Amino acid sequence: MIAIIKYNAGNVRSVENAIRRIGFDCVVTDDKEKINAADKVIFPGVGEASSAMSYLKKYQLDDLIRSLKQPMLGICLGQQLMCNHSEEGNTDCLRVFNANVKLFPPKELVPHMGWNNLLDLKGDLFKGITNLDNVYFVHSYYAEICESTKAVCDYILPFSAAMQKNNFYATQFHPEKSASVGEKILKNFLEL
Amino acid sequence: MLKKRIIPCLDIKNGRTVKGVNFVDIRDAGDPIELAKKYVEEGADELVFLDITATIEKRKTLAELVEKIAREINIPFTVGGGINSIKDVSIIIKAGADKVSINSSAVKRPELISEIAMQFGSQCVVVAIDTKFKNNEWLVYRNGGKIPTTFKTLDWAIKAEKLGAGEILLTSMNNDGTKNGFAVDITNTISQAVNIPVIASGGAGAKEHFKEIFEKAKASGALAASIFHFGEIPIPELKKYLKTQNIPIR
Repeated sequence: MIAIIKYNAGNVRSVENAIRRIGFDCVVTDDKEKINAADKVIFPGVGEASSAMSYLKKYQLDDLIRSLKQPMLGICLGQQLMCNHSEEGNTDCLRVFNANVKLFPPKELVPHMGWNNLLDLKGDLFKGITNLDNVYFVHSYYAEICESTKAVCDYILPFSAAMQKNNFYATQFHPEKSASVGEKILKNFLEL
Repeated sequence: MLKKRIIPCLDIKNGRTVKGVNFVDIRDAGDPIELAKKYVEEGADELVFLDITATIEKRKTLAELVEKIAREINIPFTVGGGINSIKDVSIIIKAGADKVSINSSAVKRPELISEIAMQFGSQCVVVAIDTKFKNNEWLVYRNGGKIPTTFKTLDWAIKAEKLGAGEILLTSMNNDGTKNGFAVDITNTISQAVNIPVIASGGAGAKEHFKEIFEKAKASGALAASIFHFGEIPIPELKKYLKTQNIPIR
């Protein structure tokens, strides 16, 4: 079973829809036992970092996420919350990835919204994906590049479009909104 | 590189698409899901569904349709038309829309922009502006372009951004329906003045018009309805052309 972590962030519905579209079943839940027992865990998120982190702490979901052993995928704000610290609301995050999250300097339009291509692709998530493929981004904050970076996107500056460390995977873009390319990436994760 | 977006707009009435279509391989052109899927297959970057029923009794139909779209479509989509309150927005977003577009309701009560941005984030607030060049100035019109307001278009766009709009959808009524091209001047004026994406709408009649609006007006995206519905410019052909013109296109 695939568990999507339910917390006070939007976007859970579209992730659920995407998983069902590619033929997998899933539950949206904040039940710790169900999350622990799941084969795969998805940690989505659209929203604001500090309120999302306080919610996770309040319900001890922060410790739960860090302790997961099965493959887990953070999406968008999910990826940012898996880093050390976010400038958004000056928030201490989950410290899975050794990188900080910063606000884009306003040299171009912010948020970075729309389709962009990925560079320096590495790892299992990107089987069958090339640097000509585009995925959909919507974000004003970005994770720095670090040793866990598995894909880079260049907008204003190069940043982590995807990260991985052990069983922890994350994307800044929205695979659930990235047409067939996104579905392939989700499928790659679900078939790990 | 961030790509320029090509955005087909589907007008919805009582849960059905209006205006004819001549896609040969579509069984039911009035079915918004089938048409939307066709556009996704062809490479549309986003979709806009504009509900022109916009009566209270039909709201439920719209919410059901949005749920169905969200289940079937794997790209971002915006829903607009008759959205007047935070409650309306909440229903549409919870049904699965990525963004809502507000127009007259924002002109009448600009705080609505901030309320939506606070609750759902700026990224989901599209402020649609219908504008007309008359007596030597660009003014904002409301109620589907029927009622002139005293708002100057540039001032309103800047105010909308300050209030929390995530995107401006700018329709020039002078150009809409003419097929003579988008309104380059006002689109450029607005996109230079704000730091959020501006989507140009109204006037698309040829592939060259898209090149022009992207190159000369810094539009982040271009929206059109009839040229796509009637198959006059197939999306794959348009995108292929724009790529040969060195416009960044998915």
